Amino acid sequence: MRVNFTVNGRPQEADDVWEGESLLYVLRERLGLPGSKNACEQGECGSCTVRLDGVPVCSCLVAAGQVEGREVVTVEGLAEFAKERQEHGHGGSCGTGACGGTSLDEAKRWEARPQDSQTGEGVELSPIQQAFIDAGAVQCGFCTPGLLVAADEMLERNPSPTDADIREALSGNLCRCTGYEKILDAVRLAAARQERQGEAV
Amino acid sequence: MAQHTRAVPAGTPTDVTQKHTEGGVGASTLRPDGTLKVTGEFAYSSDMWHEEMLWGQALRSTVAHAEIVSIDTSEALAVSGVYAVLTADDLPAAKNYGLEFRDTPVLAYGKVRHHGEPVALVAADHPETARRAAAKIKVEYRELPLITDEASATAPDAVLVHEGRTDRHASHVPHPNIVHRQPIIRGNADEAAKRADVIVRGEYTFGMQDQAFLGPESGLAVPAEDGGIDLYVATQWLHADREQIAPCLGLPEDKVRMTMAGIGGAFGGREDISMQIMASVLALRTGKPVKMVYNRYESFFGHVHRHPAKLYYEHGATKDGKITHMKCKIVLDGGAYASSTVSVVGNASSLSVGPYVIDDVDIEAIGLYTNNPPCGAMRGFGAVQACFAYEAQMDKLAAKLGMDPVEFRQINAMEQGTLMPTGQVVDSPAPVAELLRRVKARPMPPERQWETAGEGADVRALPGGLSNTTHGEGVVRGVGYAVGIKNVGFSEGFDDYSTARIRMEVINGEAVATVHTAAAEVGQGGVTIHAQIARTELGVTQVTIHPADTHVGSAGSTSAGRQTYMTGGAIKNSCELVREKVLEIGRRKFGSYHPAWATAELLLQDGKVVTDGGEVLASIADVLEDEAVEIEEQWRHRPTEAFDLVTGQGNGHVQYAFAAHRAVVEVDTELGLVKVIELACAQDVGKAVNPLSVIGQIQGGTTQGLGVAVMEEIIVDPKTAKVRNPSFTDYLIPTILDTPTIPVDYLELADPNAPYGVRGIGEAPTLSSTPAVLAAIRNATGLELTKTPVRPEHLTGTL
Amino acid sequence: MDFLRPASWEEALAAKAEHPTAVPIAGGTDIMVEINFDHRRPEYLLDLNRIELLREWEVGEESVRLGASVPYSQIMENLREELPGLALASHTVASPQIRNRGGVGGNLGTASPAGDAHPALLAAGAEVEVESVRGTRLIPIDEFYKGVKRNALEPDELIKTVHVKKADGPQQYSKVGTRNAMVIAVCAFGLALHPETRTVRTGIGSAAPTPVRATAAEEFLNAALEEGGFWDNGRIITPSIAKQFADLASGACNPIDDVRGTAKYRRHAVGIMARRTLGWTWEQYRAGNGRTLEGAA
Repeated sequence: MRVNFTVNGRPQEADDVWEGESLLYVLRERLGLPGSKNACEQGECGSCTVRLDGVPVCSCLVAAGQVEGREVVTVEGLAEFAKERQEHGHGGSCGTGACGGTSLDEAKRWEARPQDSQTGEGVELSPIQQAFIDAGAVQCGFCTPGLLVAADEMLERNPSPTDADIREALSGNLCRCTGYEKILDAVRLAAARQERQGEAV
Repeated sequence: MAQHTRAVPAGTPTDVTQKHTEGGVGASTLRPDGTLKVTGEFAYSSDMWHEEMLWGQALRSTVAHAEIVSIDTSEALAVSGVYAVLTADDLPAAKNYGLEFRDTPVLAYGKVRHHGEPVALVAADHPETARRAAAKIKVEYRELPLITDEASATAPDAVLVHEGRTDRHASHVPHPNIVHRQPIIRGNADEAAKRADVIVRGEYTFGMQDQAFLGPESGLAVPAEDGGIDLYVATQWLHADREQIAPCLGLPEDKVRMTMAGIGGAFGGREDISMQIMASVLALRTGKPVKMVYNRYESFFGHVHRHPAKLYYEHGATKDGKITHMKCKIVLDGGAYASSTVSVVGNASSLSVGPYVIDDVDIEAIGLYTNNPPCGAMRGFGAVQACFAYEAQMDKLAAKLGMDPVEFRQINAMEQGTLMPTGQVVDSPAPVAELLRRVKARPMPPERQWETAGEGADVRALPGGLSNTTHGEGVVRGVGYAVGIKNVGFSEGFDDYSTARIRMEVINGEAVATVHTAAAEVGQGGVTIHAQIARTELGVTQVTIHPADTHVGSAGSTSAGRQTYMTGGAIKNSCELVREKVLEIGRRKFGSYHPAWATAELLLQDGKVVTDGGEVLASIADVLEDEAVEIEEQWRHRPTEAFDLVTGQGNGHVQYAFAAHRAVVEVDTELGLVKVIELACAQDVGKAVNPLSVIGQIQGGTTQGLGVAVMEEIIVDPKTAKVRNPSFTDYLIPTILDTPTIPVDYLELADPNAPYGVRGIGEAPTLSSTPAVLAAIRNATGLELTKTPVRPEHLTGTL
Repeated sequence: MDFLRPASWEEALAAKAEHPTAVPIAGGTDIMVEINFDHRRPEYLLDLNRIELLREWEVGEESVRLGASVPYSQIMENLREELPGLALASHTVASPQIRNRGGVGGNLGTASPAGDAHPALLAAGAEVEVESVRGTRLIPIDEFYKGVKRNALEPDELIKTVHVKKADGPQQYSKVGTRNAMVIAVCAFGLALHPETRTVRTGIGSAAPTPVRATAAEEFLNAALEEGGFWDNGRIITPSIAKQFADLASGACNPIDDVRGTAKYRRHAVGIMARRTLGWTWEQYRAGNGRTLEGAA
């Protein structure tokens, strides 16, 4: 079957989709967006978390056919999404397609690019992405994309979370490397930076 | 499939360059791959993609031990979209691989020896097509009796898991179903026991733990025009893989070109081959690139696990708290194939005493062949199981003597100069008593943290968490301590080395170093510290980390806590040689202009050649101009010896690492649910090359130990030898709500034998974390608790 | 496999009538796991995501009409007053991501004894509104569960809404799992006080082939509360009554040994949860200060 939907603000079309395919498979194998990760494919680890019409979901448990006409934000579009939100206020979305994101052609040409900096110099990151790097919350990084999408959404809803709030919001995202301490640090850091930024404005 | 336009495998790893001016050894520089990892662009092995690629799928055995009567692939071959269906008969060359013995079939032939063993392979144009075709392969099994434990393995009439063994241990083991046996005898335990005022005995069971790395086994095999193969996979040791892969493909090693793809965690589980040979065989057969990705179910069958163990211990002590002797027997279940069981046995026996001074010991460790899932490397490697048991024994002894458990340990703690039971002198710092002192001195976390101002209980701070099982009822706090000892590096006479190729050249007027090794970056931050070392040694700010591949010599495995020591050491060594070369060029070009070139100690700093007095002699750019200096050298740690097969004596280990934990838990004693409140760790790290990464390693290792204490276990049905919980629904690992704060206190007592004084750090925290949590639960409940993981049933008497 | 995408409820019913083997998919949190792990290959998937009415709820006089696909996160946030037991149960469902997708209809459709919503529905009292092209039926929740993963649905029927009685008193819900979050129930217990009828209702999950009520425990407690005048005098329930109630709740279980827990533990834990939830709800009733325990949500 054919599925048309919006990913990171750009319309996408996937063809010859097998009916049992998940949104995760379509993103990774058909649209060249492998940032969402395939760790368990049973909704237990959260590494495939994306936003579906704004709501964080496990993309491995969304049938591809269910996203017809809907909007998806993946980790690849997170920086742009956060920027848009900051510029256009709370809850901004890339639904218009005007905010950049990854075009179909760009997506299909995806490949890992060399990065020239340890701190993200030259690459625009969302506050939560930068905080994960700065706090040492990334080790193998396989859980990172899902955690970033989930944490970003939590900070959107709850800009000053307590530790218990952070733990609850991220309880659907397994990490096997870090023991979570530095992930908590990263979310606290992003929240603090956001607050400072808010005060500055 | 949608049409992609990528020509080379997408996600082929690319160079990572750093530009920061500071950031040498000792700085908390940030990961060079951090940006790629937070933007989703870092290419893991499961992200590989190639035009025209096929998907490989294995069919795995549904029974644990059986003769294969027949395999019928005809229906599978008839499925549209299928390109190949292979069985062992179709394998091009050697049929077996293996880390220590070549005993593991690529595809089962003759018989299957464990549940989930690969039996056949399919390549098709879509993963679903491959799965459907695999389901149509008909395999007829004739079931054989099961070997599942020591009794069934060593019975006189036991069926042999492997007949006709010819491996190096076959001749000395007491039974062919014993992979390896390592006794250690020192002093006279029976005589010493007579001096004991108290004796405690215990029988302990350690469950089978899974590495549960998040990135599934996966990769891409691309057939090359020269008849060779290009492999993009996630592994802990490229060169050891290649040594095993090439014979199975019937190719010389230089035609098996391996590139490291991004690794989604490893923890020992990628030390053995998984999909590498299977994908290669399919690629060579079909002439097309083949991608294989295990799903989580298959992953539980696709890699070895931590050896489950039975441990029998006896300790004695005098009234003043001195341990008199220790006797133990450790039975490790290696499952159907040897993997690294031999080395795990060596570790378990040689570290079975723990970090204590005990002169009279009688130790025996054996590793079994059974029809259970194969077991091999996992973080802590043989030392984890022993630590769980001896630390329980320490608490029992202390209790029996009426002593404080920490003081009792401190009285018996080893220190620099102590003899190991193997006779080896511990010749670098061993601050065991100090580590215990530090965790004990920490302030206790506040009590009753679930109480909120007027809003009732916050269940997130209580055992049971969000499941709302208690608002404080039945909750009792407990505190427990543990300390452990782990060896670092490959032991027992293994020729353990790493290789680093360092290139220095001038690009755009700036001196740039490139570090090329085959070391696996599994998440630990090797790439970060490699650049730090190059900066420190070569005085450059910009370092490029070349992707790991087999175009450079072996780095050895990313395991045994050895990579900072070994590949760090190799990089340091090659950098020193490069530095000498650069200075030589400098002397040649500029020596006549300044006497210091000949007389002073010269350094490379901030892109310049300087004297040790700080005088700048030239810029590196001026020295090198268009010249590039490149050196590839191997580097070795000091040699070790094999353990004597009868006495266990020998200088078998390279280095020892120590960590201590204090666990504070709260147990719902009625429901048997546990919440770990705090898990404080103190560890000697020798030298923190990157403090941020050091803490991350300690917290991660601690959490894996916590998992095995209270929830993690692969459950194998003893009647069928089948795995009952191969999923993340029923194999539970800690969530962020299960993981407490983990305060870390590290010491930097340099090991004079190691580069920068470093000590392997990744493994030790995994040892003591588990027994500390167990001790805390015992403290809260008064129960004996001799098994990991502790289940609610154990705490409520409802097994 | 065919993927059916009805745009309306009527289209969905027609599709289900035409293809009775079609498997409905809404949140996908059960069925997609089975597809990903190769356990199931339905001939037809019937996507219910485009049907708005399934995602709506309506608070009436007596009950809440809860659309089958209203996600658990919405129940937690918006129906804590009306359906406190179900809101607590919703909070124990898997993870935030799953709670954003899964709804009560999925629990009912799958009818696994481990479904988190069941004990809360049994305790609150509910009717399941199912529909086919032939018409509508209201199935009392007590008659809905027919066996392990079997329910009272006919092949052509779909679950439309659940009519859950609005709370007239305190409700509680507890679930035992061996992890502090994201865990399938080893066993679960729901309890609702109904002061208007002076009755107590219960629900037990994962401790019998189907979700069940602890009927004998309810009857005992109803009688004991009545006899002691507890509803009026608001006295603390005596430990012996609580113990008897807990023992009878335990006795209502018919559990199995499996990888998640032993039968013996399940019986034991249900008893503990019964005693605790009774204590909590009764305290709330005595305090008379609202129907939910804030801190527990």
